[in-house]
Amino acid sequence: MTDTRDTQPRMGFFTDTSVCIGCKACEVACKEWNAVPGPAGSAGLNFTGDSYDNTGGLGADTWRHVAFIEQRTPPGGQENIGSTVDLGMPGMPGEHDRSEFRWLMASDVCKHCTHAACLDVCPTGALFRTEFGTVVVQEDICNGCGYCVPACPYGVIDQREDDGRVWKCTMCYDRLGAGQEPACAKACPTDSIQFGELDVLRARADERLAQLHEAGVGDARLYGRDPADGVGGNGAFFLLLDEPEVYGLPPAPVVTTRDLPAMWRRAGAAAATLLVGLAATFLGRKR
Amino acid sequence: MTDVRADATAPPDRTAVTGRRRRGRRGRGEQPMVPDASFQSYYGRPVLKKPTWEARDIAGYLFLGGLAGASSVLAAGAQLTNRPGLARGAKTGALVGISGSLFALVHDLGRPARFLYMLRMVKPTSPMSIGTWLLMAYGPAAGAAAVSEWTGVMPRAGRAAALAAGVVGPAVAAYTAPLMANTAVPAWHGGHRELPFVFVGSAAAAAGGLGMVTAPVSEAGPARRAAVLGAALEVAAAKRMARGMGLAAEPLHTGRGGSLMKAAEILTVAGAVAGGVLGRRSRTAAVLGGLASLAGSACTRFGVFHAGVQSAEDPKYTVRPQRERLRDQ
Repeated sequence: MTDTRDTQPRMGFFTDTSVCIGCKACEVACKEWNAVPGPAGSAGLNFTGDSYDNTGGLGADTWRHVAFIEQRTPPGGQENIGSTVDLGMPGMPGEHDRSEFRWLMASDVCKHCTHAACLDVCPTGALFRTEFGTVVVQEDICNGCGYCVPACPYGVIDQREDDGRVWKCTMCYDRLGAGQEPACAKACPTDSIQFGELDVLRARADERLAQLHEAGVGDARLYGRDPADGVGGNGAFFLLLDEPEVYGLPPAPVVTTRDLPAMWRRAGAAAATLLVGLAATFLGRKR
Repeated sequence: MTDVRADATAPPDRTAVTGRRRRGRRGRGEQPMVPDASFQSYYGRPVLKKPTWEARDIAGYLFLGGLAGASSVLAAGAQLTNRPGLARGAKTGALVGISGSLFALVHDLGRPARFLYMLRMVKPTSPMSIGTWLLMAYGPAAGAAAVSEWTGVMPRAGRAAALAAGVVGPAVAAYTAPLMANTAVPAWHGGHRELPFVFVGSAAAAAGGLGMVTAPVSEAGPARRAAVLGAALEVAAAKRMARGMGLAAEPLHTGRGGSLMKAAEILTVAGAVAGGVLGRRSRTAAVLGGLASLAGSACTRFGVFHAGVQSAEDPKYTVRPQRERLRDQ
C-alpha cells in the first residue's frame, strides 16, 4: 500500500441540523452497512416515551443517533419576524402557543476528535488514527479493558455486553478506503449529513452559518468547528440551533489527557511521599 | 389523518415537551417550559457513558494494589531493621494483594483471554499501559520476596527482591490516581491534583493496618506509625480535594459514594487511634485497629469509585461546570 500520509487530506462530517428532518435513514444505513446488532437481550425494541427518539443515544450498537427536541420557540428561532396579522378569524384556545413551536432534530455521531481521549488512553493500541484522520477501533486487538468508555468526553464509545469489546463509528473506514462516502451521508435525503475534506466542510459550514444568521436564525451556531477548543476541534462537527446540552452534547468538552502531565507529576510526588514517609516510620526508637 | 378524538376541533391534549427538563423532576408527561438558567439537558440523560468497570474488580484492585505497594515498603524496611515478624506479614500481604489485583484486573476485561494484548505497547498517555508495566516489574519481585521468605529458598535473592519491590511499590500505589483521574468522569478528573495523595495515604493506612494485625506488638512500631501517618495524609488530602472540586465534589458527600467516604474517614481515624496509639500496649487493640485501618482504606477506594459513577450518571456534573467555564472565559 502506498503511503498517503502526506497527500490524503483529513476527512470529516459536517452535520447541518437545520435541515435534518428526523427520518433516521442515517441510523438505518449505518446499522445495515456496518452490520451493527440490536441491543442484546431484547427484541431490539425500546420505547422511551419522551419523543420520537426511541434510540436513546450513541453507544456500542448505535453509531448514528437522531435526537428529537420539542420546544415552544418560533421555528428556526426567527425572533425578528414580528407577530402575525390578526385577521379577526375565530380562534381556538392554545392556537398562539402552537405557532410558537419548533422541533429540533440532529443526527449525532462520534466526533473523531483531533485530540481523542479514547485513543490516548487505549492501552493496547486497538484504537488508532487512520490515514483519513479518523479514529477507529481494531476489533481484533481490543481486549475490552473499557478505559476509553469513561475517557470519552461525549459519551460515544461503549462496551458491547455480550461481546466484551468496545465499538463506535468508524466513519465507514471500509467505504472510505474504496473511495465511497460513509453510509449515513450517502443515505441522508436532505444533505444534513455532509461528508468530505474537513477544510472544505469547515468553509461550507461558515457560509451556511452566515446565511442562517442573515435569515434571522440568530440561534444557529457551529459546534466542534473550532480547532482551538478543548479537543482540538472535531472531525465530525455540527450546526446546531440551540445550546449543545439541549442536544445532549457537552458545552465545552476537554480531552482528559490535557491534564495528564500534571497528574503524572503529582503521582510522582505522592509516590515519593509514600516512600519517604514509610521509611521515616523506621527511624527513632526500636519498637 | 389518524386523529380519532371525539371532538376534532379541540386542541391536541398534549403540549410540547421542551427537552429542557430539569433532572430530578422525573414526572411523566408534560413539563412546563420554565427557563432553567442553571442547566439544560437532553431529557435528563447523561452526557457521559458511565464506566463499564465492576466496583468489586476495579475499586477492589485500587485497594489491593495500594495495600501491596505500601506493604512492600514496610517489608523492605522491616527486613533492613531486622523485624522478621513485620517483614513476613508485609511480604505475604504484598503477594496476596498483588495476586488479587491481577485477578481482578483480568477478570474485569471484556476479553480476559486477550490480557497479554496489554503488552503490545508502552504508552505514557495511558496510565493503564504504564500501570501494566509497573505490575510486570513489581509482581514478580513481590512474589519472589514472599516465596523466598516462606520457603527459605534463595534467601539472598529473596531479600534483594524485597528491596526491589519496596522501591517500585510506591509507584504501584500512586499510579492508580492518574488511572482514575485521566477520564472525563467529573468526580475523578476534578480531583486529579489531590487524588494521588488520597490514594497513597490510604495505601499507607492499609499497609500499616495489615502490619498491626500480623506483626507482634514489639515489632509493629513502623506499622503503627504508618497507620497514623497514612490516616492523616488521607483525611487531609481528601478534604482538600473535595474543597477544590466545586460541584463535582457533591457525589463524594451524597449517595453511596458519600456514605462510603464518611465510613472511610471514621474507620481510618478509628484505626489510627486504636491501632496506632492504644496498639502500643494491647495486642487486641492493635488487631482491631489494624482491621479498621484496612476497612477504611477499602471504603475510600469504593467511595471514590462510586462517587465517580454517580457523577457520570447525572448530566449536571458535566454540563454545569463546563457552562460556568464558558461564562467565565
